[in-house]
Order: sequence, then C-alpha cells, then structure tokens
Amino acid sequence: MALADATAFPYGLRVLVVDDDPTWLKILEKMLRKCSYDVTTCGLASIALQILRERRNKFDIVISDVNMPDMDGFKLLELIGLEMDLPVIMMSIDGETSRVMKGVQHGACDYLLKPVRMKELRNIWQHVYRKKMHEVKEIEGNDSCDDLQIFRNGVEGFDERGLFMRADSDTMRKRKDMDKDHADQDSSDGATVKKARVVWSVDLHQKFVNAVNQIGFDKVGPKKILDLMNIPGLTRENVASHLQKYRLYLSRLQKQNEERIMGAARQDFSHKGPSDNLNLRSSFQEQPGNLSNGFQHSSQKIQAQINIPDPHLDDTKTSVPLKVPDKNGTSVSDAVDPQNMTSASPLSGVFSFERMPVNQDRKLSETMILECQSWSGSVPPKQFMQYPKHNHERCDLLGDYSCLPKPDLEHPIAPGHLYAPPPVISMSCSVEGDVRDFSDVKPDLLGCMKSLSPALTCTVESVSAQLSDSVVTSTNSDQKFSSVEGLSSIKDCDFDQERNQATLLTSEEASIICGTDLTCLHDELSGYQLQGVSFGNIGLSSIDLFQCNDAMALPGLHNNWYDDVEFSSETMEFPLLDGGLFA
Amino acid sequence: MDYSNLRRQAASMKKSLFDQGYLDEQFCQVEDLQDEASPNFAEEVVTLFFKDSAKLISNVEQALEKYPKDFNRWDAYMQQLKGSCSSIGASRMKSECMSFRDYCGQGNVEGCMRSFQKVKREHGALRQKLEAYFQLLRQAGQLVLLELPPGPGCKN
Repeated sequence: MALADATAFPYGLRVLVVDDDPTWLKILEKMLRKCSYDVTTCGLASIALQILRERRNKFDIVISDVNMPDMDGFKLLELIGLEMDLPVIMMSIDGETSRVMKGVQHGACDYLLKPVRMKELRNIWQHVYRKKMHEVKEIEGNDSCDDLQIFRNGVEGFDERGLFMRADSDTMRKRKDMDKDHADQDSSDGATVKKARVVWSVDLHQKFVNAVNQIGFDKVGPKKILDLMNIPGLTRENVASHLQKYRLYLSRLQKQNEERIMGAARQDFSHKGPSDNLNLRSSFQEQPGNLSNGFQHSSQKIQAQINIPDPHLDDTKTSVPLKVPDKNGTSVSDAVDPQNMTSASPLSGVFSFERMPVNQDRKLSETMILECQSWSGSVPPKQFMQYPKHNHERCDLLGDYSCLPKPDLEHPIAPGHLYAPPPVISMSCSVEGDVRDFSDVKPDLLGCMKSLSPALTCTVESVSAQLSDSVVTSTNSDQKFSSVEGLSSIKDCDFDQERNQATLLTSEEASIICGTDLTCLHDELSGYQLQGVSFGNIGLSSIDLFQCNDAMALPGLHNNWYDDVEFSSETMEFPLLDGGLFA
Repeated sequence: MDYSNLRRQAASMKKSLFDQGYLDEQFCQVEDLQDEASPNFAEEVVTLFFKDSAKLISNVEQALEKYPKDFNRWDAYMQQLKGSCSSIGASRMKSECMSFRDYCGQGNVEGCMRSFQKVKREHGALRQKLEAYFQLLRQAGQLVLLELPPGPGCKN
C-alpha cells in the first residue's frame, strides 16, 4: 500500500462548531478552515442539536463552548454523545479543574481553554480517529470480515493513508491485514455492510440488569456481569461500556429529576390518591439503589428503563424495557431492579408510571412504549419496548404490527455512517375509554411532560396517542412539541412535523427505526400490560397532540419511528424529548 | 500619499497598544488568520466584537439595575463579556471583567459598580484606539506586520 505523506492530516474533517459568542465563532471558523476542515458554525445549542439530528452522519466531530445561554454545554455534550455518538470537544475560558473534570465526566473527549490556538485545532482529528479505532475493536469481536468495511468507512473522507501513517505502530501491526485490504478495497463500494454489532435489546438489557441485581450494585463489575449474562459473543467491553453509561445516566437523571419531581410529584394523576402518585422523585433518590422505593406504595406502576447505548458501542440500540408491575407492584423488583442499577450507564433511566385515573369500568389498556434508540450508522435499529394490549377492533389508524415496516435488514444503512442517529425515546401508553376520560389524563400527562422535559432528551420523532375512538397523533421533532393543553387544543396542532418526518422517513436511518423491531418485540412483550399509567412525573417536553375524531389515520404524521405503527387505538405514545433522562 | 509613513504609524500605534496592555497575543493570532480569502478579517472580527460586547455590557447594566444584589446573574453576564474579550485579546478590559467577578464573589455591590464603570471605560478606550488603527491600515492599504522585540506583543 502506498503510504502518503506522513504529515498529512485528515482534510475535510467535518466539524460543527457551537458557540454563542459570534466573535469566537468567526475566529474558530477561520482557524478550522485553515486546517482544511469542513466547518459548520452554530450559535445556539438547540440549533446545533437540530442540525445534528437532521444531518446525521454528516459530521465527524463537534466543538462546543461550555457557557451558552440556551443550553448548558455539558448537557449538549451528553445529548450529542447519546444521540449521535460523535466526539465532542468542549471549550471554555474557564480552566478550573472542576470544570474540566465535569467535561470529562460528561464525555468530552477534550477540553480546550480559550483562547484556543491553531495548533490545538489541528489535532482534533485524533479524537475522531480514536473513536473509529474503538469501533473497529469492538466489531472485531463479532465479525471480522465486517471490520474492514467498517473501518474503511470509518475513515471515509479522511486522508486515510495519512491517518494510517500516524497511527501507533503497534496498532498498525494489528491492523496490518485490514490496512492491506483497505487499500485493496479502496475502490469497492462499502455500502453493504452487514454488521453484527452488539444490540442492547430489551432482552439483553433485562439480562444485564438481572445480572447487576444478582451481583449486587456495590460489587458489580463488567466481568461478573458478563459471566452471569452468559451471552455468546458478548464481550467484556460491551458490558463495560453499557455499564458505564448506565451508571452515569442514572446519577444524572436522579439529580435532575429530584428537583423537578418535587413539584411534579404533587400531581396525582390517579383518582386513587396520593399513594398512586407517580413519584419519580422517590424513585430517584441519592442512590440509584433507591429507585425502587417510590414504587412500593403504588398499586400499579410501570417502570420503564431507558438505556442508551454506550457511545463506544456504536451499534448498540437502546431499548427501554418496560416493566409492568402487577397489581401489587411487586414486579418492581423484578427483572429491572432499580436498586441494582446503580452502576448503570449514564443513559438509563427509570420511569414509573402510576395508574391513570380512569373510570373503573374503563378498561385501561396501556401500552407503554419506551423506545430508545441509538444506533450507529450501519446498524439499524432500534429496540422498542412495547406492551400493548392490543385491541384490534380499534385498529383503524393503528393497525397491528404486521403493518409495520420491514426491519432495517431490508434497508441496510450505508456504511460510513458511523455515528448513531439520535436515539428515540418514545413512551406510549394507551388508554381505553372515552376521550373525555382522557382529559383527566391529559393534564397529568402534561405535568409529566413538563416536569420531565428537561430531563428527557431524546429525539422523538413522533408521538402518537390514540384514545378510544379518537386518534391522537402527534409527530414531533424534538423542538416542535408544544404543551398539550387539552383535547380541544389537540386539533390545532400543526403538522409541520411532516417535514421532519418526511425527512426521517426518507433517510436511510429512518427506515431502520421502523417497526420491525417493534414486530419482534411485540411477540416477546405482548404478555405485558401496563395497568396504570400515570404521567404525573414524566415531563415530556411539549407534545403536539391532535385529535382526530374519526379515527382517521393521519398519514404522514405517523412517525418515522413507528412508521405506520399501529398500536391499538388505546395506544398513546409520547415521545420523550429533551431528556432530563439523558441530561 | 506616504504609505510607508502610514504603515509606520500603524505599527507604532499597535506597538503602543501592546505596551500599554490594551491588547495581548491573541490579537496577533487574529491578525495572522487574515489571508487572501479574507483580507479584512481582523477588522471584521474587531467590529463584530465591539458590536457584540456593547450588547453584553448593556446586559450587565440592566442586570445591575433590575436585579439588585443578584451576584450570580451579574457574574454570569460578565462571564460572557469576559469570554468575548478573550477573543480579540482585549487584555485590559478582560482584567476589569475579572475584577468585577471578584467583587461579585465577595458580594461587594459598591466594588461591582465601580468595576463595571471601569469595564465600560476600557471598552470605550479600546474601541477608539482600534478604530484609529484600522483606519490607518486602510489608508496604508495593507496589514502591518510588526516585528516586536520579545516581550508583550506579537511573537513571530
């Protein structure tokens, strides 16, 4: 393989710079351009997220300031790591150790002090390269012939040979064969990577959690978990990174929700009184271990866990295992035992939902769908947890799962998309009964959404809610949700998300999200049922819900994630956006 | 027109800005970024800085009025201004910003007020000097490359 100039560095590295200071933004842009990078600038964190979500896989690295008016830089950092799994470099004029530490804790791959120098910027490509190396390492454990493709795709756009030259010689020896093949396959089309990456399916995550429980939160370690889980092909690294994310996520979630839920906890969705309060607060006390406490007193609770895959596990999907407690709430301590989830990755969260205040005669069939998806380029998928109580009579809009789009296998993601699309977390709950009954639910739902809103950060592409005869569907891209005011207001919701959906629908990634997973999961999960769903403490950032009085499908509005997801008409899905969950 | 004279004047002006501590090395970095693709880069950046910093100063001013003793808020706004100063190397102004933040930390309202006035003064003074500088440069028609002895100022 002809080796190019060793001093060449990756031209065309695609950088997104986020800084609220226009002067700095201009300077950084110029500096990065001088490094021959491909620069996009952004003055607001929220816009940056939007850009990243819309143009997934169009960026290699993000540089962001820490102090920004619309969103804390650390939060942005987490969100990006979570949703897109891109390396993020933080910048600040403040070089205090504690700040830098915080940056590292939140996943920054570097922390630059302002004023930033050209030479520092010249080297940022190393973070991208390093990440790709990690990916390759993981993949190596799975399917060696794919490694090449992925690795090759990983350095797409770079001055690859230059990169190879710069690589650590030991690493290069290991990769020697790959390099050769890489060079040989330079001209081949790498668009058909069939990747075997670790997919943290609901099942897998359940096993993970079980293992964590069994070992005991304090003593948990990746090796022990791995052994207990006993999954062929799962590596210690997979588990380690999943664990790390889980831990960080939980602790963050706790902190955030504690305050938020203080107030939100007051909202009692259920007619049953305070004991039914969805009390995330009590769930999230200091220790993740106390998570389950809040559930004890609730007769019917639903816990949902959302796991976001470790950024290092680019191909991990996140799934939200939804536990449906039985009447006694004993299921709380089942498979997903929050108490033992203390050492979880930063991305997991636990939601518990209390019983919805519905008329007794109303049959509550809740479908809680928590879907968390994070996936890296060539892997589809998202795992979907769904416990629908399917009422096929009411399938007008929401058919049954068979209508769901085919799995991503049919829509292979082109390699080279090494960074995961934003995870999608959607929560759906179906409520049977009259629309008017829903109005009871709604305010609390709103409350939930609001209270959880900062906590939930997810790209929720769509929200569909169906109520009895009416279909409340809302599709939403993260920033477009507006509070659910009341059923009547639902009708006024705007449909501009169609654009987003369209985008998603057409994107390759979107196809991945589809229902295939749903279909698969459905089989597994059909036995579950959420009896009571109280969204009192689930803050969902604004959600556009609109109600169709004639259970009319709203084509185009159904979101990408669910594609034509069909849940029974009782299904109500609320994508969780803006996660405090992941914040 | 005596271009070389103009250039000398501009160089001298710049040197004195450095010597007096108005500017630091970051300013050189900004000027170095200037190239054929953006021949007026330095001036554009400086203009942008003054426009933005005027807003930030006004934010602080409003906060001082509307939120008495809200040191956290004052500090946050000043932090933004300080960050901005660092972009073009506005050294003296940055020092005053830091001083203001110290007073905030001490809960010293009087100190904050005094310090804020100084920030505004430095801002005004720097703006004036840089405007004169760029005007000279425009007149001279080209960027002045200074070679200063080691010490404060640009290092080549």
